[in-house]
Amino acid sequence: MISRRDFLQASVAASAIVGASGVGNWSKLAAQQTLTQDQLLDFDTVGNVTIIHITDIHAQLKPVYFREPEINIGVGAVDGLPPHVTGKDFLNLFNMEAGTREAYALTYDDFTSLAKGYGKMGGIDRVATVINSIRAARPDALLLDGGDTWQGSYTAQMTNGQDMVNVMNALKPDAMTSHWEFTLGIDRVNEIVENDLDFPFLGANIFDTEWDERAYEPYKMFERGGVKIAVIGQAFPYMPIANPGWMFPGLSFGVREDNMNDLVQEVRGKGAELVVMLSHNGFDVDRKLAANVDGIDVILTGHTHDALPEPVQVNNTMLIASGSNGKFVTRLDLDVRDGEVKGFRHKLIPIFSDVIQSDPMVAKLIDEQRAPFEDQLTEVIGKTDSLLYRRGNFNGTWDDLICNALIEEREADIALSPGFRWGPSLLPGGDITREDIFNCTGMSYPAAYRSEMTGELIHTIMEDVADNLFNPDPYYQQGGDMVRMGGMGYSIDVSKKQGDRITDMTMLNTGEKIEPSKTYIVAGWASVNEGTEGPAIWDVVEDYVRRKGTVSLDPNQSVKVTGA
Amino acid sequence: MDFTRRDALILGAGAATVALLPVQAFASVSDDAIAAFTGGAATSEGGIELTAPEIAENGNTVPVAVSAPGAVSIMLLAAGNPNPDVCTFNFGPLSGSQSASTRIRLAGTQDVVAVAKMADGSFVQTSSVVKVTIGGCGG
Repeated sequence: MISRRDFLQASVAASAIVGASGVGNWSKLAAQQTLTQDQLLDFDTVGNVTIIHITDIHAQLKPVYFREPEINIGVGAVDGLPPHVTGKDFLNLFNMEAGTREAYALTYDDFTSLAKGYGKMGGIDRVATVINSIRAARPDALLLDGGDTWQGSYTAQMTNGQDMVNVMNALKPDAMTSHWEFTLGIDRVNEIVENDLDFPFLGANIFDTEWDERAYEPYKMFERGGVKIAVIGQAFPYMPIANPGWMFPGLSFGVREDNMNDLVQEVRGKGAELVVMLSHNGFDVDRKLAANVDGIDVILTGHTHDALPEPVQVNNTMLIASGSNGKFVTRLDLDVRDGEVKGFRHKLIPIFSDVIQSDPMVAKLIDEQRAPFEDQLTEVIGKTDSLLYRRGNFNGTWDDLICNALIEEREADIALSPGFRWGPSLLPGGDITREDIFNCTGMSYPAAYRSEMTGELIHTIMEDVADNLFNPDPYYQQGGDMVRMGGMGYSIDVSKKQGDRITDMTMLNTGEKIEPSKTYIVAGWASVNEGTEGPAIWDVVEDYVRRKGTVSLDPNQSVKVTGA
Repeated sequence: MDFTRRDALILGAGAATVALLPVQAFASVSDDAIAAFTGGAATSEGGIELTAPEIAENGNTVPVAVSAPGAVSIMLLAAGNPNPDVCTFNFGPLSGSQSASTRIRLAGTQDVVAVAKMADGSFVQTSSVVKVTIGGCGG
């Protein structure tokens, strides 16, 4: 049942709160050659509070190419609503034009040629420049990190996240929350939290399983610009299900709507005039939570890697989506008076690495983290003839490369590769370095297993993963994107119920139907089970790419999607 | 190197097999249990709150809590388990509150049902879907 409160708008501009937002009209203001840092950072400071949000950096210290999704399906009540809008529809919705810098930063169309023209995005040294500029205008701006910060690169892998901790500390965040952080293991997380962080590691929904007591601070109260602000942290709710629970035994997560409701009351009772939820729920979970829990002014969303040039308003809550991989930083100025948000100005600032200057201090710090590994990072393993990307609900070319490597190197019929949302893109004609491979595989449970499964079991797994993505109730969506299948094709009707979505499972090499009772050799990686054996996935991919010399992958045509 | 099916599943073999169970087949058993508890009387909604996770972190031990102010007893059922009976909490007149919590094992995705008998002899009922998933693929 859709309540009136679920009613959504693409923009808050039409809402009761008076405000302005957008990415700025810099692409219209300036051709590529003349776009300046000043134009990108142009912002008329308003109100009395400024929030800076960055999330899902996935350990990308250096600028990257990151192609936004072509397919990002919303089911049920959120069908066709942001962020489930891609490509030309996205451009139309937000009044942008194809071929512009905006289109390059926010959509997938014509990615290769636009990437060549507009260059890489991100780089934490550039992010530092943006943060410094905002702090120059508003010295007491709050910097909030939505998590997925300490995982996703070669250096993060080799230092157990220390490189990211060192660099992020230099940016002086005011709080963070978490998801992949816990895949470093509970002991490592606590070591960092206790010894390295000068700011709180918030997790209102993290409890110990034995006594049901809070395991981390739920919120932090700030006073900025004369306004009492509560920042409540919400870690990824499905941590022990979606990632290996044995790495952080004794912790329980969950959405815990009642708990959030109680905390909002608690911080309001303590005088909070502005309540901000720093969330790693994922956009649709946040949208539902905002509809059901009153009193949250701003949700800084994360996890689903969406970048939206305008806030989405639900039940007087403003939902902000700041992208991933260091591509964007959101600046949100708020005018808070008499315990209410009276107005705002919002900007999703794109971090064009060739426009925004590097901050020398942070650049030096990044170089120091990388220096011990420079030879390993830069070693060229092979080349790619094709655009390699991952993000999207179904197989990207990076996933197909990984699946092909699993099938050939592990002599399997079928390969499974997880639908992670992290992993930057590579342009055609470019080298594939070891760093590039780790950017798409670097994590703490990399064993590439080889196993026998019946066709029926493969179907069950696919149905389970599909329901974790396409269940119409966001609170039942625990997954990443759809598991990537190699060696086989299938049809999926996303509108059906679990058990009925996946049909036409077919071996690609023979064209034969996959038989429920027949046994297939399956290779995959990222099992959440303790004791999984096999070589690390990055070694499998490296061996394969080295052997091939140059890889070539056309966009995947073997998944037929209907019902969207 | 030998791989057993259990070791190797991308996503947790234990749950994979239970997900295949036809859990709906047990629904009539729980309907019978409700009828036995209420003596066939109709149940209404409201006045009873069931707290359970949307997705079980571990299907073998799922925390559930139930509260029904003014109840004399509350029956808890796992409608999709081969034996749906979980327990019945009885509250005496001196009970400070009519609420209880426990941990239950769920064979697969299913409804957890709570039925409360109120002091006036009426019955209220609520339910909550708890998903038991194979897991993995965490974004």
